[in-house]
Amino acid sequence: MNRRVFACHSISEGVAEGDVLISQDQIMFYLIDPDTGVVIEKGHCLEGKSVAGKILVFPGGKGSSVVQADGLYQLAARNNAPLAMIIQNPDTVIVASAIIMEMPMVDGVDDAFYKAIKDGDRVRVDAGKGVIEIISGR
Amino acid sequence: MDLTEQQRKMLEGECGEGAALAMKIQVAIGRSFGAKRMVPITRAHVALSNQEADLWFAEKLLSAGAKCKVQPTVNPGFSLAYFEKAASLPDEARSLMQRTHNAYKELGAVLSYNCTPYLGSNIPRFGEIAAFSESSATPFVNSVWGARSNRESAQSALCAAVTGFVPEYGLLLDENRLGNILVEVKADMKSDFEYQLLGYMGKKIGTGVPVFTGLPENISQEALMNLGAQLNTSGAYGMFHVVGVTPEARTLEQAFGGKKPLRKVVITNDDLRDILNVISEPGMRKIDFAMFGCPHFTLKQVQEIAGMVRGKKLAVEMWILTSSYVREMADRMGLLKIINDAGGHVVEDTCCDQPCWPHLNGKTGVTESPKCAYYTRRRGMSFVVRDLRTCVEAALKGEVE
Repeated sequence: MNRRVFACHSISEGVAEGDVLISQDQIMFYLIDPDTGVVIEKGHCLEGKSVAGKILVFPGGKGSSVVQADGLYQLAARNNAPLAMIIQNPDTVIVASAIIMEMPMVDGVDDAFYKAIKDGDRVRVDAGKGVIEIISGR
Repeated sequence: MDLTEQQRKMLEGECGEGAALAMKIQVAIGRSFGAKRMVPITRAHVALSNQEADLWFAEKLLSAGAKCKVQPTVNPGFSLAYFEKAASLPDEARSLMQRTHNAYKELGAVLSYNCTPYLGSNIPRFGEIAAFSESSATPFVNSVWGARSNRESAQSALCAAVTGFVPEYGLLLDENRLGNILVEVKADMKSDFEYQLLGYMGKKIGTGVPVFTGLPENISQEALMNLGAQLNTSGAYGMFHVVGVTPEARTLEQAFGGKKPLRKVVITNDDLRDILNVISEPGMRKIDFAMFGCPHFTLKQVQEIAGMVRGKKLAVEMWILTSSYVREMADRMGLLKIINDAGGHVVEDTCCDQPCWPHLNGKTGVTESPKCAYYTRRRGMSFVVRDLRTCVEAALKGEVE
């Protein structure tokens, strides 16, 4: 697969490279086991999968205005947080959490990116420059 | 973003490092949402909830010298006075709550420890600009009182309390307050419990501002509180419209601003039954305890339980979480004695998702709140979710239908 570059809008700055994990469902980080990074929410499309060290592509955050931050904080404290977050519908709770914890987060990515991307693809996100690069497909 | 001279000075540190840090975070949030300016707030509510991340951030602001310009009310953690008597309280839990208490006291917050400030301690007027975090609080102040608040996180609300400003975007602007999803409720909304289930339909309702039609007239405050709490458990909703209740939705046309909804969703009895099966453990089993008050119970709800347990003995422990105000009223009105005589506990300043409940780890309880069942999974609690009446009957019998 060719390297492909997409523009994005920066929410929280930072650079990260890793494998993509896609969620169709909104995410509540508190319902992720901080010791493993595995989603424990019943019925969630990522239930049983780990977000640790991934470039997480998801529609948006959901749920409580305080434990969302705590979920991310506990994951980060154990090196199990996603490396970067690519989000479609940012809300204040998740945006504030990413900014305060200085985790790279972007939104406003072209539809073509979502069509091209699949689980396990290697991606580099440069939130400051507003660029996402698909390095290799699987 | 255009900052006033006062705001720019604050960002540059002239009002202290704490205010500068808070302003810097708010400017970053404002930029991500395309805000053009910062506007003053007159109210704030911080959902501190005694969580480590929140404490880390509050102490960070505090050590930078921050002080709240607009004194916020705050969410519960747990009552130190009450749980210090319990032998099972772990030292780390006690120290976490003590530090949270000290930090917010120093920051100058109103130590209300209650998650329903919109019913008493912090009620905005129509059009007032506020920074409210907390699941049920943000939608209630927008949708019932007609105030203007984005769905702040606990930390962004604290920043707003410190600076006295919020970036202007989202629900602060007229055009974003209009409904865009029509939710036709065809389910039987028999009690406040059905609103818990309706709120839990976030996945089906989708992203946007829902407009609910088909609901009965004279919806109770408890039902509206439940609806918002669960919408912000199953999804992320700063505002909803209930035609005839929301001040900005006197009619369906007004709710949508004369535009067509992007989507139409129909909710039936089957939807509510199906979602209950997703969130609840199966019934027909013995239970270990009953937990109520997520969000904090109102006096009316405490009264309803008292009426059911008067002169009886509970088979299992029952915890009713509420504000210090409601507990005081319950005491004065003799409700507390009725519940205590039955073996139940009414506890102020406390949330179900706290480290003060280690003895409930691995146990199965009953609750009428899907939100309570959802978050406490992290603390090893399981719940059968039923309406309040069924839950109280279950607590009297020790088993649930």
